[in-house]
Amino acid sequence: MRALVRIVSWLYAIAIYGFIFLPVVVLVLFSLQATSFPIPPFTGPSLRWYDAVLADTRLTSALVNSLLVAACSSAAAVTLGFLSAWGFARFALPGSALLRGLITLPLTVSYLIIGMGLLVLFNWAGIPKSLLAAGVGHVVINLPLCFAIIYSQMGDHQINIERAARDLGAPEWKVLLLITVPVMAPAIFAGFFLSMTFSWDEFVISFLLTRFDTTLPVEIWNLLRSGLNPKTNAVGSLVFAVSIVLVVFFELMLLRRKPA
Amino acid sequence: MNSATNSGRALPRAGWALVTPALGWTLLFFVLPFVAMGFSSLTAHDGGGFTLANYGQFFTNPAYWQAMVNSLQVTAIVTVVSVLLAYPFAWILAEQVPERWQRLALMLAVLPFWTSYVVRSYSWLLVLAQNGVINRALTGSGLFSEPLQLANTRLATVIGFVHFFVMLLTLTIFANLKQLSPSYRKAAADLGAGPVRTFLHVVLPLTLPGIMVGAFLTFVLCVGDYITPQILGGNNELLMPQLVMMQIGRRGDFPLASALSIILMAVVTIAYLACARWLKIERA
Repeated sequence: MRALVRIVSWLYAIAIYGFIFLPVVVLVLFSLQATSFPIPPFTGPSLRWYDAVLADTRLTSALVNSLLVAACSSAAAVTLGFLSAWGFARFALPGSALLRGLITLPLTVSYLIIGMGLLVLFNWAGIPKSLLAAGVGHVVINLPLCFAIIYSQMGDHQINIERAARDLGAPEWKVLLLITVPVMAPAIFAGFFLSMTFSWDEFVISFLLTRFDTTLPVEIWNLLRSGLNPKTNAVGSLVFAVSIVLVVFFELMLLRRKPA
Repeated sequence: MNSATNSGRALPRAGWALVTPALGWTLLFFVLPFVAMGFSSLTAHDGGGFTLANYGQFFTNPAYWQAMVNSLQVTAIVTVVSVLLAYPFAWILAEQVPERWQRLALMLAVLPFWTSYVVRSYSWLLVLAQNGVINRALTGSGLFSEPLQLANTRLATVIGFVHFFVMLLTLTIFANLKQLSPSYRKAAADLGAGPVRTFLHVVLPLTLPGIMVGAFLTFVLCVGDYITPQILGGNNELLMPQLVMMQIGRRGDFPLASALSIILMAVVTIAYLACARWLKIERA
């Protein structure tokens, strides 16, 4: 009985892993052949389409744009999130629960609707489509996340350290910079990293709010108009490779910090 | 948080200075756009005054109504299939895989999702296309003489969604299973229940709230998604987000797009209220 459960479990797990990995394996495999269609039979390997991607200035500038929007909007989101979390955790503000609810509200609304709302507002106010507009949208989606993460980590033991610093005569800004920020660094870092990930991968808000200069997901979307295209495979594989390197890097950093 | 009251000499005014930027941002770029969308939805596309025609169109035009029905059907199918596939997988990872390998097993399951979302949908197109991997394998093995129409169908949309949500639900259900204290299972065993009965009467009911949270998350993310149905389903059958985007793209009809967005949001809110009540009953 036990052995049977084990065998069935193994088969099931292999089937699910197969399902999860199937598209990405196909993506990477057929990015490595020289023919103009990324379809079987496999005739590789060749790096022809990777050269084509790196020579495509639209794609490379979209990549830079994406990084820029992700870094700036995440920095803004984590700053606003941290300040508000500190304010709500350390001061008794009237209507606190309601206001905290307001800040986290965007988490429950789909990106499409947030993007639509900003499009209507900016259109009405005469603000042109731009990377900045998309960045504003990315702060809207990431601020609640940063706030929730940092607020949930503001425990009582940090209060005592802050109070000790105040007793020793530190002004409020020094408490903030020298005590609170370093103590909260893991939560701040987690908020920033998650925001970067979401902004980097965000499509629909950027699609609605940018025009000529745009982000990488939108540029990849434009490539899709040409149907199955090995260049799309190559750029997708590159994004995948970069993400994996980053994730492994962060994972190792987190593992190393933990006491063995 | 009970810390707010004992912060010593801290002044509320300083507190307001800290929370105002975030509140202002939320009001200006989240609440105000919503109000603008509400106003826009009550105006006519070609100018003119207040009208309910945009909402009226949704209820009278069968094509629009159908998009909502399609969206809800696809979402329901995706949610049920994903839970059914993810639960056994999460159980295997939590119970059958040795403790020290579990972290690696989970990381492996999440790995393929570090591509861009757009690229992931495109990858399924490579698999499902007329001359894609599956059709080549089927015709090559002689099982079928003609390639199957897999891409640009509802099936393709469902597969694309299920792929993502199986991973997401595996994570939530796994976390749930790990939180269960082993003493419940020991108690059930001591009282004479076999593994099957223990699972059905102890483990499953205790993980049900977690499943509901995951299912609700699936519903919200799935019903508002544009990429997967647009890339994999194509335009043969429209879902709500595709209908919304179509109003902006082809016709620049912001009022109608606003009205449809608000209707879509209302549906999510109703689902949330229904789910919240259900969860509360479960906890009591």
